Amino acid sequence: MKLKNKWPKYYKKDVVTHYCPGCGHGIVHRIVAELLEEMDLGKRTIGVNPAGCAVLAYNYFDIDMIEAAHGRGTAIATGIKRARPDLFVLSYQGDGDLSAIGTAETIHSANRGENFTVIFINNAVYGMTGGQMAPTSILDQKTTTSPLGREPGVDGYPLHITDIVAEFKGVAYAERVSVSSPKNIRRTKKAIQAAFQTQVDGLGYSIVEVLSACPTNWKMNTLDSCKWIDNVLAEEFPLGVLTDKRGQK
Amino acid sequence: MNKTFISGNHTFAEAAIRAGCSCYFGYPITPQNELGEYMAMHLREAGGVFIQSESEIAAINMVIGASSTGARVMTSSSSPGISLKQEGLSFLAGFELPAVVVNVMRGGPGLGNIAPAQGDYFQATRGGGHGDYRMPVLAPGSVQEIADLTYLSFDLADRYKTPVMILGDGMMGQTKEPVVFPEPIQDLPEKEWALKSRGDGPSKYMASLILDPAEMEQHNWKLERKFQQIAKNETRYEAYKMDDAELVIIAYGTTARIAKGAINRIRKEGIKAGLIRPITLWPFPKKILQELTKTIDQFLVFEMSTGQMLEDVQLAIGGMADISFHGRPGGVVPTPAEFARFVYREYQEKRGFKS
Repeated sequence: MKLKNKWPKYYKKDVVTHYCPGCGHGIVHRIVAELLEEMDLGKRTIGVNPAGCAVLAYNYFDIDMIEAAHGRGTAIATGIKRARPDLFVLSYQGDGDLSAIGTAETIHSANRGENFTVIFINNAVYGMTGGQMAPTSILDQKTTTSPLGREPGVDGYPLHITDIVAEFKGVAYAERVSVSSPKNIRRTKKAIQAAFQTQVDGLGYSIVEVLSACPTNWKMNTLDSCKWIDNVLAEEFPLGVLTDKRGQK
Repeated sequence: MNKTFISGNHTFAEAAIRAGCSCYFGYPITPQNELGEYMAMHLREAGGVFIQSESEIAAINMVIGASSTGARVMTSSSSPGISLKQEGLSFLAGFELPAVVVNVMRGGPGLGNIAPAQGDYFQATRGGGHGDYRMPVLAPGSVQEIADLTYLSFDLADRYKTPVMILGDGMMGQTKEPVVFPEPIQDLPEKEWALKSRGDGPSKYMASLILDPAEMEQHNWKLERKFQQIAKNETRYEAYKMDDAELVIIAYGTTARIAKGAINRIRKEGIKAGLIRPITLWPFPKKILQELTKTIDQFLVFEMSTGQMLEDVQLAIGGMADISFHGRPGGVVPTPAEFARFVYREYQEKRGFKS
């Protein structure tokens, strides 16, 4: 059998994935690696990987990378980009990382209009630690720390952090997408391409939130996970462009 | 030689710029605000990066990012803010990234106050952050030495790929004195290990996550061998009026200055007191203290704390001599006269005289 798509140049060969079956990380990794090649960016990229399931992203991306402490990705990315404005800088983060422990770093790097790109994987749980409630968990969602379902009176409400930063003047591009279907995956690639181009053009902060499946911690099969994204998660977090200032500058 | 009349906090900043520091990240906290303010004007003027971060945590992580690209980087804070930086210091140690961190100490614990104190000695010299690591700690005793040690700290950080802390206090930071600055560094050597993006070469990554315990152990021993090299090569202290000393005072930073004043008073009373002033708090100058126990049997430790460096002196001297302690925590700055009275009393008591 001949593969239609060749192996992306900036994705390491001969590595076995540690991600669970049905996990969205692998899809997004591939999209990022393809775009780094197609947009000729991989050579001049430094990536920041988070604490969380994607902590091992440097096992897959064949680019220079540094690991961040939990939540600190965009502070590290700020240091890199300010020291080396000529480089392409990418921070890859999950929902607990970006919108709980790293909220301050997220808000302020966005507000400063740091010229880098954030890939935000939202799977509505803490994956690596075993499925605890995340800021993005939806109401009534059962997790190991909301065993009877997320209850707003005690657990608060799902946090829409991408919608918040999209209001900032320093944020040039923000979009929410999902990887629940081939159509949505294609849309995700377009969104990340737009975000990357925003940085290349020096327009400011760009973020793409990707609704992504975590079948292991959702305790669903992969197909049901994709349906849950479309029918439930995307109801709370509607897909679409949240801000796009590419034409304005 | 051009002398500049300048405060300690401004001197940290000016010396850093001259040492080739190109990035500074910090968050306001008293009594070190003038350092960041100086950077905001002068580092940017010099073409460098100044960011007032959203927190000390963000600042130390910006330091990590900039340092990973090979830049010379500084952050500064005061006691409560340094507590917030500890996570980042642990990561810097794990990554083996150079950085210079200034702590202009104030009274504590908690918010404490904004007066000079030396209560962060344990935190500074015992690692402070989590995990198995050490960190060089330099303690300037004058504004001139702030300039000299700031310069040195960048070299040490680069040479050993480690964060280096300069431990001052509110008195050091706010004092103005004449300073001769070292010449600005023109060319710094290339850092082969830095992240520069891969270009056409192989990619590399920096990680402190090492899941295999056997590998992690190897990393810990590798770090430890480096720390032992630092201890062997970089221990520094000043010996003041030690040639004929019959009792030894041990003090660093502001208390060492006060001790010098006390020594000059007490010598007029015929008591031959000398001072060992540790310049590196880690590595601690324990060998000289051990040697001194062969001829001297009275040691006095003097700190603006309830007794922290005291433990290092006790570890160094063991039971080989008497050690007494005078401490003023909480932001109280003792006077030379007060300390001279303490030395006088201890001297008399040791020799069986009633004071």
